[in-house]
Amino acid sequence: MDMTPGLSAWLLPALILIPFFGGLAAWYAERWSLTWPRWVGLLSMGATCLLAVWIWLHADVPPAVPPHGSPEWILEFRAEWIPRWGVSFHLGIDGLGLLMVLLTGVLGVLSVACSWREIQQYVGFFHLNLLWNLAGVMGVFMALDLFLFFVFWEAMLVPMYFLIALWGHSSRGGRSRVYAATKFFIFTQASGLLMLVGILALVWLHQQNTGQWSFSYAELLYTPLSATQEMLLMLAFFVGFAVKLPVFPLHPWLPDAHSQAPTAGSVDLAGVLLKTGAYGLLRFVLPLFPNASTDFAPVAMALAILGILYGAKMALVQTDIKRLVAYTSVSHMGFVLLGIYAGTTLALQGALLLMLAHGLATGALFILCGELYERLHTRELSRMGGLAHRAPHYATALMFFALASLGLPGLGNFVGEFLVLFGSFSVAPWITALAATGLILAAVYSLYIVQRALHGPPADDTCVEDLTAREKLMMGFVMLALLALGLYPQPVIDLAFAPLAQIANWYALGVPPP
Amino acid sequence: MNPATLLPWVVWLPLSSAAVLLLWTRIPRVGVTLLGTGSITAAALLTAWLGAQWLDVREPFTVVLWQWLQLDSFAPRIALQFDGLALTMTGIITGVGALIHSYASGYMRDDPHYRQFFAYMNLFVAMMLVLVLADNLLLLYLGWEGVGLCSYLLIGFWNHDPANGAAARKAFITTRVGDTAMAIGLFLLYRELHTLDITGVLTAAPLVWANDSWTPTLIALLILGGAVGKSAQLPLQAWLPDAMAGPTPVSALIHAATMVTAGVYLIARLNGLYLLAPEALALVGWIGAITLLLAGAAALVQTDIKRVLAYSTMSQIGYMFLALGAGAWQAAIFHLMTHAFFKALLFLASGSVILACHHEQDIFCMGGLRRRLPLAFWSFVVGGSALAALPLVTAGFWSKEAILAGAWSNGHHAWWAMGAACAFLTGLYTFRLVFIVFLGREHTHAHDADTVRMRVPLLALMLLSVVGGAIALPLAGVLPDDPAKPASHVPEILAVAAGLAGIVLAWFWYGRGAGVAPDDTPLRALVKSGWGFDALYDALLVRPVYALARVNRRDVVDQVYDAVAIALMGLHRLALKPQNGRLRWYAAAMAAGVVVLLGAATWT
Repeated sequence: MDMTPGLSAWLLPALILIPFFGGLAAWYAERWSLTWPRWVGLLSMGATCLLAVWIWLHADVPPAVPPHGSPEWILEFRAEWIPRWGVSFHLGIDGLGLLMVLLTGVLGVLSVACSWREIQQYVGFFHLNLLWNLAGVMGVFMALDLFLFFVFWEAMLVPMYFLIALWGHSSRGGRSRVYAATKFFIFTQASGLLMLVGILALVWLHQQNTGQWSFSYAELLYTPLSATQEMLLMLAFFVGFAVKLPVFPLHPWLPDAHSQAPTAGSVDLAGVLLKTGAYGLLRFVLPLFPNASTDFAPVAMALAILGILYGAKMALVQTDIKRLVAYTSVSHMGFVLLGIYAGTTLALQGALLLMLAHGLATGALFILCGELYERLHTRELSRMGGLAHRAPHYATALMFFALASLGLPGLGNFVGEFLVLFGSFSVAPWITALAATGLILAAVYSLYIVQRALHGPPADDTCVEDLTAREKLMMGFVMLALLALGLYPQPVIDLAFAPLAQIANWYALGVPPP
Repeated sequence: MNPATLLPWVVWLPLSSAAVLLLWTRIPRVGVTLLGTGSITAAALLTAWLGAQWLDVREPFTVVLWQWLQLDSFAPRIALQFDGLALTMTGIITGVGALIHSYASGYMRDDPHYRQFFAYMNLFVAMMLVLVLADNLLLLYLGWEGVGLCSYLLIGFWNHDPANGAAARKAFITTRVGDTAMAIGLFLLYRELHTLDITGVLTAAPLVWANDSWTPTLIALLILGGAVGKSAQLPLQAWLPDAMAGPTPVSALIHAATMVTAGVYLIARLNGLYLLAPEALALVGWIGAITLLLAGAAALVQTDIKRVLAYSTMSQIGYMFLALGAGAWQAAIFHLMTHAFFKALLFLASGSVILACHHEQDIFCMGGLRRRLPLAFWSFVVGGSALAALPLVTAGFWSKEAILAGAWSNGHHAWWAMGAACAFLTGLYTFRLVFIVFLGREHTHAHDADTVRMRVPLLALMLLSVVGGAIALPLAGVLPDDPAKPASHVPEILAVAAGLAGIVLAWFWYGRGAGVAPDDTPLRALVKSGWGFDALYDALLVRPVYALARVNRRDVVDQVYDAVAIALMGLHRLALKPQNGRLRWYAAAMAAGVVVLLGAATWT
């Protein structure tokens, strides 16, 4: 049932299978040389990336969707799995999903590339975990069957646990990588369980109504629910996604996991895994439970404000550069949450653009933190300084991404944040005004990083190697992408317009169409 | 050639040269000089040509480069709008900018980071041009933040000293506070009018808000927040004196001639909005009137040559705000222009002094420099006369006179009085500076370090500071006409007399130079610190925020979860207790269980 002639539906499973088998191949390739797994990882993520671009170039993107229509997919793939329970291997992709898949592909390439020198132990097994995690994320962004979705949701956790626990860093006198990995696992697992209960309850209620067992997204969309049922189910889903996003006060796993993870893990976590939470809210919570979501919106927006301000305030006093960047993610994701629950087209587009830009900018910041760690063997800001003259290219890159993070116009983050704020203001002016003060704090913490790492007298006289060609290539690419998002985001907006307009409509109308 | 096709090149030239200078790290120094100053000079010549063409037709036009983004009615474009106000601002930015760039190529000749300096300077010019040419407020905001970034980079240019970094951050963050208010103003504006195009806003505003003065007032106040931040007016003024940490050409270009006047430009550009919000407009005037007096007084007791000029800039921008508030729109822009000439001249001349005195900036360590630095001396005399509005022969006189006359004619006598009082202060602090630095006994061994590339701009700016008052600005049609001149000449004569009295008093006190700096009495220390605003904001804002953040450094939410984990571990250990492998325990527990169960059964 493919919607776009000329594109095979098999492209969708390929997006998952390439990293899956790539991971296996990388593991096996370790027996020949340590470089082989890296190349296998790079090639498979590159291929995945190109595949996503290919789909974008050849897709018939619907210009707009009537508010009462059912969701339209650019490409769909369906295979029977457990017919008895109405479970099928059903993948589908629309503009929203495609952009998330593309982001995953790009950050996948960057994750492999940034581990080139950092990871020297169990290289094959490392790439197996990294690629399987990415495969799981790909599945999350494409699954149209809630059972399948949950399988992918869990499948991306376990490899990430190993990435943190086996290749992570333990901070001196602080928390160990195993602590961080376990904390991450428990938080996401506990919330995932709640979501599973929610999924099963929804399916059961659907069966009660129709007599049919089905996990299909398209069918569950129209499940009639009482107000209480809807609210309870919405909360179960919300908590599942809120931990991932993360929403204040469910964030404490994040600073530990981000700071103790290896660079690729941090890039993957900040760039992609957080986005699965936002994606879940957009794809499932708002469309499945529009009424309850509307009722819940003031609470969600209040939590968004708390996240923005709390995350920024925590970032102000961090001395560990990775922890600092981790807390800024809490702050930025607050803007995403605000945009999602504001629910206007403008705000939703802003949330999506911010997700993409944050993924790239924060991913790049974590890569730079990792490169700094390779050179200085510290993450303490007090032991840096003067890098502007010791490593000028490095300094330029760090400055660029710090500026992106503080929302400098011309870069993608600005467009995202401002669209969220413009879109939210018509719905909740006071909350939006309060959220805007987060922009001031963003300037404070971003410039603090710049000051401590790049300016001032150096902490010691060691010679610092400047960016290598590989690192320059990575940074240059992300810079260009952020500039493109900041100065000409229209292609992205057009691609995601139809699905986001539809979500905005459902949310505004409060009832899914019959 | 069509002016519309060439206008973008005024922006592209500085922007592309900045990009080349940023990316081409091995560019030879002569290349930096050629590219850095050449691109701005080319932009200035292009502007002159464009202006000459445009003045024949005087028809505003817009050049759309591309659609930035489009989403429902939210459709900001990357588009440049050209009219009389834009021409005036572009002329100032590129013209004065080219002179300052030329000077800077001499001033910074020995700096190891010469390339970065010009990269940032050219980026600044490009962003400033975007600011004044933007056809919508979102693009204006891009330029607005862009110049803020360049200001940050250039204030902290000598970044090995953490104090410079602190000054740079202070400038950026203080202005960001204002910018955030402005952003909220834009959100509200868009919600109400569904457009951010400047023309669209000015057309729609009187129709939509015919019977509503509350909404436009609120928007005008929020945007004013951005303007006072950028233009260093109360209450967001405290960053400007510290911004003098940057190299002196930076102070001349960014913190005197162009960026700090962006707030004046913004309010003038949105004049139709402010006319709908008379209370907000009155506040603009009051902010200007109070700032000009406070800053004028603070300039009087500074001992650092650049800080005198910084407070003077703040005070002069106060005049411009006063003019806007009083409805003398064109006079405000006129003063913006003449101020750009004479203040750039003063800053560049002070740069020559600083260079000659081996980076000494304390005026009480200078003295008697007249003979050794004749060009700087005459620059100071000409620039200082213009600043003190010496009648008839200086540009500053005509513009300041236009402001005070406008305030008087429109019945703002209190503002007029404050402006006239500050004219006295201006004369006094300006010539106090000139006399202390250039007359009397020499306290230091200065040697003239100016190159030709530095002397030419000084001479050009001297000329402009004298004859600049004769330039007729093509502002009719963009800005409302200024009020008619007052019938009586008494206020004019009084204001001139006040300025002259200040100069005479300065001669009386400092005519033979000065010995040592006077001791700081508590009052003097208060005024010198800029009226204690730093300490106030530090105590009210900075320290509480950091204290709050520090108290919670360990993240209290995290500790709650840790507590849950610890409690669970405790329970776990408790639950393990009975399973201790002793048969006696198990037997007793079983017996107790049986008793409880039997008891429960018989109870029911």
